[in-house]
Amino acid sequence: MSETLKVPTMAEYMAQGKQPEVLFWVGCAGSFDDRAKKITKAFVKLLNNAQVEFAVLGTEESCTGDPAKRAGNEFLFQMQAMTNIEVLNAYEVKKIVTACPHCFNTIKNEYPELGGNYEVMHHTQFLQALLSEGRIKVEGGKYKGKRITFHDPCYLGRANNEYEAPRNLLRKLEVELVEMKRCKAKGLCCGAGGAQMFKEPEAGDKDINVERTEDAIETKPSIVATGCPFCNTMVTDGVKSKNKEEDIEVLDIAEMIVNAEDL
Amino acid sequence: MQYLPNIIFLVALIAGVGYFIKNSRKIIRNINLGHKVDASDHKKERWSNVFRIALGQSKMVVRPVAGLLHIFVYVGFIIINIEVLEIIIDGIFGTHRIFAGLGVFYDILIASFEILALLVLIGVIVFWIRRNIIKIKRFWNPEMKSWPKNDANIILYFEMVLMSLFLIMNATDQQLQILGAAHYTEAGLFPVSSYLLPIFDGLSESTLILIERGAWWIHILGILTFLNYLYFSKHLHILLAFPNVYYGKIEPKGQFKNLESVTKEVKMMMDPNIDPFAAPPEGEEAPAKFGASDVTDLSRVQLLNAYTCTECGRCTSVCPANQTGKKLSPRKIMMDTRDRVEEIGKNIDKNGEFQLDDKQLLDNYITREELWACTTCNACVDACPVSIDPLSIIMEMRQYLVMEQSAAPNELNISMTNIENNGAPWPYNQMDRLNWKNE
Repeated sequence: MSETLKVPTMAEYMAQGKQPEVLFWVGCAGSFDDRAKKITKAFVKLLNNAQVEFAVLGTEESCTGDPAKRAGNEFLFQMQAMTNIEVLNAYEVKKIVTACPHCFNTIKNEYPELGGNYEVMHHTQFLQALLSEGRIKVEGGKYKGKRITFHDPCYLGRANNEYEAPRNLLRKLEVELVEMKRCKAKGLCCGAGGAQMFKEPEAGDKDINVERTEDAIETKPSIVATGCPFCNTMVTDGVKSKNKEEDIEVLDIAEMIVNAEDL
Repeated sequence: MQYLPNIIFLVALIAGVGYFIKNSRKIIRNINLGHKVDASDHKKERWSNVFRIALGQSKMVVRPVAGLLHIFVYVGFIIINIEVLEIIIDGIFGTHRIFAGLGVFYDILIASFEILALLVLIGVIVFWIRRNIIKIKRFWNPEMKSWPKNDANIILYFEMVLMSLFLIMNATDQQLQILGAAHYTEAGLFPVSSYLLPIFDGLSESTLILIERGAWWIHILGILTFLNYLYFSKHLHILLAFPNVYYGKIEPKGQFKNLESVTKEVKMMMDPNIDPFAAPPEGEEAPAKFGASDVTDLSRVQLLNAYTCTECGRCTSVCPANQTGKKLSPRKIMMDTRDRVEEIGKNIDKNGEFQLDDKQLLDNYITREELWACTTCNACVDACPVSIDPLSIIMEMRQYLVMEQSAAPNELNISMTNIENNGAPWPYNQMDRLNWKNE
């Protein structure tokens, strides 16, 4: 499947003297994590299919600095931010889409003060826009009627008040959307935020991702849908720790749309 | 001698209000130990927050039972204060029910006070049951032992007693009106206290006057005592919730502040034209300390947050770290901040100015283990009914640990080194960033 993916870079666009309509910010997880790479590819497939003129920074992309900032290393964060902003501004980027809520939040909210002003969208918001413009089709397909619950990423939901875009896409997939007891503004964190992804948790009586996975399992879903590569990892691990990986899949919404369309 | 009660009343009033003002100034001084914040922006949104969140209690009702009961107590508190105004005038001038001349309007006022007093009474009794009998988990966290636990109950007892006195006062007044006692002009409508009449039936006029006056005096002295209790208590929120919500965060919750002092340094580092060996220009301030290790490194809004916290624990009850048995409790972060700023305040009271005490907020109050357990998920910030932001304090203390002490957990240091060297938290080469395309 990969051979058909068209992934132009900003440098290539620049060489042709053209501007893409949007920059796809892949993010570290999307670039390097094996599970998240699948999400990246699924999203690119949707972009290709909708004939969106997009580009990536490729080797010119670097960490947004989110984990450094939230670990308390403001210095490293701002170094990363300013370097990225220099690259983005040099390419005169206006609009950015990303499949990572952490990159989304950081570029959208924390870059403007440092000189980076862009329209930033989470991929579920972008897909919803494509849908309403009639550029992609989202239909039931293989997920029609399946019990699916959505885990709100903190940095999409509480941090930026976006609860509906992912749910609207799921509804279009004609799934039976069941909410966890803690959802939307009350959604429980997967345990990865605030740079926790990169360290062992403090001593306690349970891992946060297990607590969250129990919320999900309670809804008896066949799929837990997410919109964040880190949430995806955490919930996938949670499902495994409960020996439920046979019954419950953890999927990004972009992957679900690709699968439903059988692209 | 006939003016003795008036004089006693006036002295009590002046003493009560005076002591309250004295302590309020201490609170203001302590809050001003934090650094200044510019909150002159977004006036409209700030006022709308005050109306919606503080006056409108919009976040309280997210939990409907506690929310509704709280509205009883809150509305009761505000409306019954009109009655306190009458009591004060009566007390100073020796009048009795000075507003009685308002006729029907007075009847409506008194009737609504009575109904509210009953609702408040019901509210605080249910609150007491929730705390002490049902033992709702968030009231029994480790930080809720000794004083915080007693404080909460004392407040409830205060309100129970004050409301009961108010109703007893009205019931005996009513009985005296029926008996046609002098001064007890017929006024008021008593939909609640009239049910208490049978208790006072058959008592002599002088006994009734004794009870009525007794209830009246204890009620007003109780209110003055309660006013002064606030300073020592978590109950300050009844006053501070309003300014606190005004100064609450306006930006999206995910937007963390960019440290200006760092921006300056980073810009210098990235500027190829800057001479790295140049001496700083004359008169330039020394670079600011990064992050916070004590309350004086925090902002005035963060210290106001600490004084406003009423320790309800909604933050802690939604904290993913706390829910899974970690030591972090956002409520404790706020309580520790207040305790430490109070400690510094007392130090200043005693010594005229702050004398070093070998203590600080970090380690002496808040441990590193607590700080590193936070996932920055913002659940605590979202849950707070009065717009307190415990997360900002956690973040600033992490900044101190990392940038001033290089004391991050080792795995985080590895990730940060990776970000620094190859632009990703994992040890992958930046040149491989697009490899996924061909895999």
